[in-house]
Amino acid sequence: MAAIAEIAQETKPQRVSSGRARRFWNNRTLLLMCLPAIAFFIIFAYLPMPGLYLAFINYNYSDGIFKSPFVAFDNFRFLVINGDLWRLSFNTVAYNLVFIVLGNVLQIMVAILLNEIRKKWFKKVTQTIMFLPHFISAVLIGLIAYNILSYDYGYLNTVLESLGMEPVKTYSNPNIWPFIIVLTFLWQSTGYGSIVYFAAIMGLDNEIIEASEIDGANAFQRIVYIIIPWLKPTFIILMLFSLGGILKGNFGLFFNLVGANNTALYATTDIIETYVFRSLMTNFNFSIGSAVSLYQSVFGFIIVITANWLVRKASPENSLF
Amino acid sequence: MENTGESRSIRNDASGIAVKAFGYLFISIFAICCLLPFLLVLGTSFTAEASIKKFGFNFWPREFSTFAYKIVFENPDLMIGSYIVTMAITIVGTAAGLFIVAMTGYALQRPDFGYRNGISFFIYFTTLFSGGLVPFYLLMTQYLSLKDNYLAVLLPGLLSPFLIIMMKSFVRSIPHAITESAKIDGAGDFTIFMKLILPMTTPALATIGLFIALGYWNEWYNSMLFLSPDMEYRPLQLFLYNVVTSADFIRNSSAASNVELRDMPLESMKMATAVVATGPVILFYPFVQRYFIKGITVGAVKG
Repeated sequence: MAAIAEIAQETKPQRVSSGRARRFWNNRTLLLMCLPAIAFFIIFAYLPMPGLYLAFINYNYSDGIFKSPFVAFDNFRFLVINGDLWRLSFNTVAYNLVFIVLGNVLQIMVAILLNEIRKKWFKKVTQTIMFLPHFISAVLIGLIAYNILSYDYGYLNTVLESLGMEPVKTYSNPNIWPFIIVLTFLWQSTGYGSIVYFAAIMGLDNEIIEASEIDGANAFQRIVYIIIPWLKPTFIILMLFSLGGILKGNFGLFFNLVGANNTALYATTDIIETYVFRSLMTNFNFSIGSAVSLYQSVFGFIIVITANWLVRKASPENSLF
Repeated sequence: MENTGESRSIRNDASGIAVKAFGYLFISIFAICCLLPFLLVLGTSFTAEASIKKFGFNFWPREFSTFAYKIVFENPDLMIGSYIVTMAITIVGTAAGLFIVAMTGYALQRPDFGYRNGISFFIYFTTLFSGGLVPFYLLMTQYLSLKDNYLAVLLPGLLSPFLIIMMKSFVRSIPHAITESAKIDGAGDFTIFMKLILPMTTPALATIGLFIALGYWNEWYNSMLFLSPDMEYRPLQLFLYNVVTSADFIRNSSAASNVELRDMPLESMKMATAVVATGPVILFYPFVQRYFIKGITVGAVKG
């Protein structure tokens, strides 16, 4: 008996490890199938992460990463004292909030109105056109903006002059830019974003609509009391997800609209992404750029976790983790 | 939209007519606003430079001219080279990326795959936390030596957590019993994926492939970061970016085409280049937009 117990005790840990080995062996093909993707994310996403150490040193090219002096939180202190961090955070968050609110309102409106329209050809043609801006590169968006806003030749000034008004110097007036950027964002994303809401309306049970008709609801009441409440959960979920990314800016949009070195507009158009890009490519201040990135990643992480916690409260099946 | 069916409104009363009228009006105006900027670019590209200097950009050319296109095609080497580079990157990248995304998405959706949660989180975590631009740039240029290498554009665009999640939601609709019965018949996991799952997921593959392809076609960010302007053949969007922003480029093409610098159609050339670089995609896209719609409705909420 004792011998058996001894053997049992001896084999127990072995069994665990052989269980682990067996698990590995049974899953080997599926693991191999995941290997390219794992390698991809290790190289392009995980390897750069330790590089955020740059935020705590005063990087200079000749000393490299390991010999440049360690300065702890000096880079962050510098960014707080000169006001950059506050300005960048404010711009990034404010733009995103306006994008989220106006974007969703407009998307819902387009989806509801499209649903009211009966003529199929009209729906098809307008939808195709409204998606179009989503399919072009950020470079072309910059060029289109130039086409409209250029002081000398822009269409806006052509129109203003023909109305007898003064032409505007758009590219040196920072106060107009929030409007331009928001309008461009709405122009590019509304048609495409309305798809989700349109699909949600299609999921609404026809019997509910018919019942409301029998009860005497008119078209306006149907929209206000049935369709909009029906879209509310989709809206809440999409909004919470966008809130998770509120510290992430749309680099392509801002960079191509404003231009690479238009310092006159930074006050109202500089976001975290454009600042980091400049600190890398123009000022070669790698440590400051990394400090801003680290700040963005850490706070972004906290915000996502919070947003996901809210999603889980609102609708558990939609939460990400 | 494709799978949308009939609209929900049934009866026509006063408010019904008002809502409808507003709908037609609003949607028409919005759609026109979406279209007009493209027409402005197109119109300007066919306008004589002198007319632009005098009257500015306009939808309808006051003085019609194809001079800008002539200059663009005078030196077709650069344009054709850019097209070939972009097409090669798009084709190779889409084929490789699609294969990896499909393979990973299938494996991670298998309920009997012991490591699925761990690997899923490993991939998903990269959307939550990132090293940012500077370390990425240093990695690419100093450690992987990909400066001025097309691989710097090709590799980072291969896959994304979003596409893998989308593939997972598509695969979820295929019953696991198919995999199980094939296993009983003795098929290996990779064979099951290649012979059974891939053919059953062609609509999903079309959708995901188009997302990857569009990403490569419109790619300019990594090109701008890692490819220097003195590379002879640049991806199309970087080429366009250089035409739009760099005076050097205009000087070079003036020398190449034997046109005096002051006679170069600076403005209309930018627009003509944009038309040539973007036109094919815009003509192509109405035929494939339904795949994008499918992608966003599948991937949106759980994205």
